[in-house]
Amino acid sequence: MLVTKYVITSPESNILPSDIAMKIYGSKHDVTVKETCMGVTINGEEEVIDELVKEIRSLDPAGIFIKDRGFPPGDPRRCRGRRGGGARPGFYMIESESKILPMISRALAAEGEGIVPSLPEKKRPLPPARLEEIVKEGLS
Amino acid sequence: MAKVIVYPPTSMILSDLVARMGHKALVVPEAVRNLVTESKIQSPPLNMTPEEPKKGLRYAAVDVPSGVRGRMSLIGPIIEKAEAAIIVEDPGWLTGCAGCSRTNELVRLLIRTKGIPVLDLSYPTNDDEARVFVQKIRSFLEGLN
Repeated sequence: MLVTKYVITSPESNILPSDIAMKIYGSKHDVTVKETCMGVTINGEEEVIDELVKEIRSLDPAGIFIKDRGFPPGDPRRCRGRRGGGARPGFYMIESESKILPMISRALAAEGEGIVPSLPEKKRPLPPARLEEIVKEGLS
Repeated sequence: MAKVIVYPPTSMILSDLVARMGHKALVVPEAVRNLVTESKIQSPPLNMTPEEPKKGLRYAAVDVPSGVRGRMSLIGPIIEKAEAAIIVEDPGWLTGCAGCSRTNELVRLLIRTKGIPVLDLSYPTNDDEARVFVQKIRSFLEGLN
């Protein structure tokens, strides 16, 4: 079965979409590649893509992220060239998550250190019973 | 290898972390792929046929908007397959398949009432939170083995 995947680089990664594309061109795999602003889109047989994904990840294990895509690359139902411009519908989600990617990349890279920072406890909403007490105190 | 549904169901970060840690991430694009690449599709410019909202009736009543039922026709079968779930609450930006608040409420409810292990998280806002975020996901997924 043909599958399509996004290969997205973290904004702080030293790997460029063109590096990934060149890696794929240089591999023995028979896949379709399309470069985009945030990475590349690859399309091919599932087993081939799975193997290729492992090779691509090795370029920057903490800085390259993979996401499934439903539509094949250049599909006229999604290609903005056919839809009169504008971002592809799924782009906004990727754009929003891309802002967090550098933090996730650093967290993945630091995993080997084995140190997990302790976070301060989050503020919880005032319990209704305590609110009642405050109201009674204020009114008495 | 467990089948893990992620919420938001279009999340790149969550699906990548699940796959990276050796499990199968259940995501909407996979369901969309089956629909749009099928050669027998009835209405080629669109990826939904009139049959999809009918499939959604299994998860939502007939008086529920067709948009909810249409989305549930994709997400519902994924929930049925799920063996575990990772839910990231209130990211503040959800679009496309995940852009309907009522569907999202129903999805979270169905996941929680299914009785599978669920990990609740928030998106990190700094490096320390990101490290805890990744660590919690790793511990959760390792516990599924």
